[in-house]
Amino acid sequence: MMKNRIVKFFAPYTYLVPSLLIFGIFLFFPFFKTIYLSLYKTNKMGQAKLFVGLGNYMELFQSKSFYNSIVVTIIFVLISVCVSMLIGLLAAMLCNKSLPGIRFFSTAYALPMAIASSSAAIVFKIMLNPSVGIMNKLLRLNVNWINDPKYALICVALLTAWLNSGINFLYFSAGLSNIDETIYERASVDGANEWQKFRRLTLPGLSPILFYTLVVNIIQAFQSFGQVKILTQGGPGESTNLIVYSIYRDAFFNFRFGSAAAQSVLLFIIIMTLTLLMFRLEKRGVSY
Amino acid sequence: MEEIQRLSPNKITIEQLDKLRIDMNQRAKRRKTIKQISLLFLNVTVALIILFPLFYAMSLAIMPSGEVFSTEFNLIAKNPTLENFKQALTKIPLARFVLNSFLVALSITFGQMISCSFAAFTFSFQEFKGKKVIFMLVMATMMVPGEATIISNYLTVSSFGWLNSYKVLIIPYLTSAMGIFLFRQFYMTFPMSLYEAAKLDGCSNIRFIVRILLPLTKSAIGAMAVYTFINAWNMYMWPLLVTGNNQMRTVQIGISMLDSVDSQSITMMIAGVVMIILPSITIFIVGQKQLVRGMFSGAVKG
Repeated sequence: MMKNRIVKFFAPYTYLVPSLLIFGIFLFFPFFKTIYLSLYKTNKMGQAKLFVGLGNYMELFQSKSFYNSIVVTIIFVLISVCVSMLIGLLAAMLCNKSLPGIRFFSTAYALPMAIASSSAAIVFKIMLNPSVGIMNKLLRLNVNWINDPKYALICVALLTAWLNSGINFLYFSAGLSNIDETIYERASVDGANEWQKFRRLTLPGLSPILFYTLVVNIIQAFQSFGQVKILTQGGPGESTNLIVYSIYRDAFFNFRFGSAAAQSVLLFIIIMTLTLLMFRLEKRGVSY
Repeated sequence: MEEIQRLSPNKITIEQLDKLRIDMNQRAKRRKTIKQISLLFLNVTVALIILFPLFYAMSLAIMPSGEVFSTEFNLIAKNPTLENFKQALTKIPLARFVLNSFLVALSITFGQMISCSFAAFTFSFQEFKGKKVIFMLVMATMMVPGEATIISNYLTVSSFGWLNSYKVLIIPYLTSAMGIFLFRQFYMTFPMSLYEAAKLDGCSNIRFIVRILLPLTKSAIGAMAVYTFINAWNMYMWPLLVTGNNQMRTVQIGISMLDSVDSQSITMMIAGVVMIILPSITIFIVGQKQLVRGMFSGAVKG
């Protein structure tokens, strides 16, 4: 009888064991370990050797390179998120009405979400190659796109925008299909033009999903890595040294695991703030 | 007749009215057709721009390497060849990379389906102490970006001696908070009485999950499977860190290792890229409907 009760008590937990075990070892433990490492100087093997308190953070805040990486990341996020959302919105609006070939178009618009950042980066690298690539030939220019600090960041941002535009298209399509068609007809009868319809009907109708999409996009953009690693390696100079790349370089090239851990903690704080903001606004009646 | 018209010039006859109506109808129809055609034209343009990098990659993949390096405008291959694909398959262990990636992506997908449906089951149909707290804890993991824990994870797995193995590529990804959340959203739509009735009939929990829940949530599983597989196939940062030889490299790492711009390797590399993009594109196209339905119905239903 006693045994039975024990079994009954523990049974519900057993179904959680696989998930909690994985989360425990590969998420919660490394999460706290990262915080712990960020307070230490480490040796080349990544073992904590010398407690420095907030020293690693202090060093970061005094380092030009870190400031540069933050500024570059913010510019990158701004460009890539704006462009990506605009592409997604435009595609969703073009694809909203019944048209011949609509299924082809919607697949085409969503397709970038199936492509790996690394594969896309390889293709873009050749497209943007100054002598071989099609970009200069198309535009009749002679620009060294990824080796020029003026253009490198924009190129990486546009590549990211392309990669993320697919899922934005899906979000916006779902948002548009929730808007009642008849309000457009009524607006037409009242003599509204297309721009007014877009401003007054489409945008407000999309606003719940617009906000969700924006936050998801920002979070996604902050985590970009593959495209930087392949396209620019953070360069030229440090003009594309985005935060995740900077973490990677500090840890695996400079073997400064403590500093990399401190940057990881800061990245986590940024993402957590954004996520909480999203949940907060979701609770306030924004539904998607 | 003339007399009438002269007397009341504003009045029109019924024939004229009919003609006017037909006229206006035709004009409206024509305007609609023009609108449709211009919309179609716009769609074709935008689709071409979005697909351009992919077209370009396909075109380069079948281009002889001599043509790539010409200064001419070379968007379309003049002498298409399959030589690049042959080279990519023989000169680099592409087959091995593809095998590795398939193995890893399939294991991750399969494992996530099991762990997530188990966890979602217990969150939806069982009562236990700390349920709310544990659920919040699981949801909170969504806030931790994988990049922020990747250094510690690397140090952990290397201390386990796991580097360069399949388990290091698979095991850390065997569950997902998003999957648990999505499945739970679906399970919550089923009445508790379904579970109680099954229990009364002597159905065990595992049997209930496998025989009743899984078949009822095919669309959610389909969506998750497509999403998980594509993400696992496209994984880059983790495999880059934990694999160090061609035996264990996945497709994304293997191909980007070739990255150097000289005539021989450009076309071969692009042919490789095209070959490794094809599986994820195919799965995406086949599963797109499922994916979209699952992604949004799950979110709306909850």
